[in-house]
Amino acid sequence: MNKILVIAQHNSRELSPATYRAAACAQAIGGEITVAVFAEAAGPIAAAAARLDGVSRVITIERPENAHQLAALLAPQIAALAPDYTHVLMTSTTCGKDVLPRAAALAGAAMVSDVMQVLGPREFRRPIYAGNVIVSVRVPGTGPVFASPRAASWRPVGNGGEAAIEPATLELCLPTHTEYLRLEQEENDRPDLQSASRVISGGRGVGSTENFKLIYSLADKLGAAVGASRAAVDAGFAPSDLQVGQTGKIIAPELYIAVGISGAIQHLTGIKDAGTIVAINKDPEAPIFEVADIGLVGDLFKILPELEQEIENPS
Amino acid sequence: MKILVAIKRVVDYNVRVQIKRDGSGVATDGLKMSINPFDEIALEEALRIREAGTDTQVLVVSIGSQSAQQQLRTALAMGADRALLLSTEDESQIQPPLLAHALLKLIEQESPELVLMGKQAIDDDANQTGQMLAALWGRPQATFASKIELAAGLATVTREVDEGLELIRVELPALITTDLRLNTPRFVKMPDIMKAKRKPLEIRPLVELDLEPTPHLETFAYEPPPKRQGGHKVDSVAALVATLKAKGVIE
Repeated sequence: MNKILVIAQHNSRELSPATYRAAACAQAIGGEITVAVFAEAAGPIAAAAARLDGVSRVITIERPENAHQLAALLAPQIAALAPDYTHVLMTSTTCGKDVLPRAAALAGAAMVSDVMQVLGPREFRRPIYAGNVIVSVRVPGTGPVFASPRAASWRPVGNGGEAAIEPATLELCLPTHTEYLRLEQEENDRPDLQSASRVISGGRGVGSTENFKLIYSLADKLGAAVGASRAAVDAGFAPSDLQVGQTGKIIAPELYIAVGISGAIQHLTGIKDAGTIVAINKDPEAPIFEVADIGLVGDLFKILPELEQEIENPS
Repeated sequence: MKILVAIKRVVDYNVRVQIKRDGSGVATDGLKMSINPFDEIALEEALRIREAGTDTQVLVVSIGSQSAQQQLRTALAMGADRALLLSTEDESQIQPPLLAHALLKLIEQESPELVLMGKQAIDDDANQTGQMLAALWGRPQATFASKIELAAGLATVTREVDEGLELIRVELPALITTDLRLNTPRFVKMPDIMKAKRKPLEIRPLVELDLEPTPHLETFAYEPPPKRQGGHKVDSVAALVATLKAKGVIE
């Protein structure tokens, strides 16, 4: 039987949604699922992990070095646990991407990044070329399989479970060459582009930084994050951290509204997994309309104020 | 100090790739190839560190087919001091564990204080090589860097993480992978291209490194992603809002 180890992700206080998604991927593989919580104090995180559907056991590894999720410190601990398992999973967040390859290398294993689908215990589908090609890969051999589930592909499991929680100790000397300093978070009320359920992006058609205020204004009405096409970023209308696309952020919101964006391939690859795509563009031939669920041809400077109005007071 | 920058030759980010007719792989023949954009940022950063006044040598390395000489020449034209190609014609071999083991051998020979590379290559999108190399090397890693400050044998790195910006401090030697916001790579000028022709570009067969077999993945199918069914248009803002409400996307 498969023995699957899921590495919990958290912010020292709460179990992150990424862990719920990794548990879903573990269920698709099938087998006995253990969640490992590395923390300084695992209490509430371990309690939440124990309620994950399908999880039979939670182990907690509490030590001061685990206060921050540093790859150099977590990886040797994960690699030390790995031989007892057939699979080691950690969702492909920036933390998972940082930690899991380092653990795989220490365990002498290859790794499957961004698992979209489980074909068999050692066979998976994953995207390459920013999702323009989907490959099926096999992990040869018999050692533990290291894999990172791709967040957008897995629905979080529920929390009706009742797993046992067991403290564990690892006799390992951890390196001291890496020091955590601090986390700086943006101080605004707008949701984060990467995880927002609604995103409104502006393209070159918006025309200027000043005009981008129209995008921000509509975003605030809808509680949406703001994005931009590469063309808009290159033209200086928006900062590069708003860039959506192959070389920017790849996102999967429930609603994506593309304003004045023609739909270059490098942009489309960044929004392929969005729930509903709305395109507003004056050029009826713009490629964005080929992928948009709802298109509206017209002048964005007329449409956006009207749209705000319509959302507030439907006619 | 010595900085080793690893670059990969990839299909240019502006080109849409197709799957070969027989489904055996991705058709790359005849496509425009470039330095992986994230690696180009890594190289730019190395050059800026050198230009900031420290006595620095920038060695750029690629592992791949003979054609990767072209990208190494571009790197030399950007300003790298030396280039090295570890050549192999079997491109299915070029996977993160192998790259990490090969680069580790080079590190042992070259003793760099800093190793820079992009956070991921835009072809296989694995996002693994840097982390694997740092693990094998037994040195710190700072992935997704958007700012790097070097002082007194330490690197303070700002990392772009999902939650915001994380700052960590690592002891050198260390490995840093670069993200988009770190810098904007320079354009190569004609005289630099001419000058680069005289800079050393060494080619060594990868097999000469005498690597043990490394773990790898076998790819057995290539498919296009499911197509989106778009194309529906509405003729007014009212109809747009009504459709969104009917779909339950907005209240």
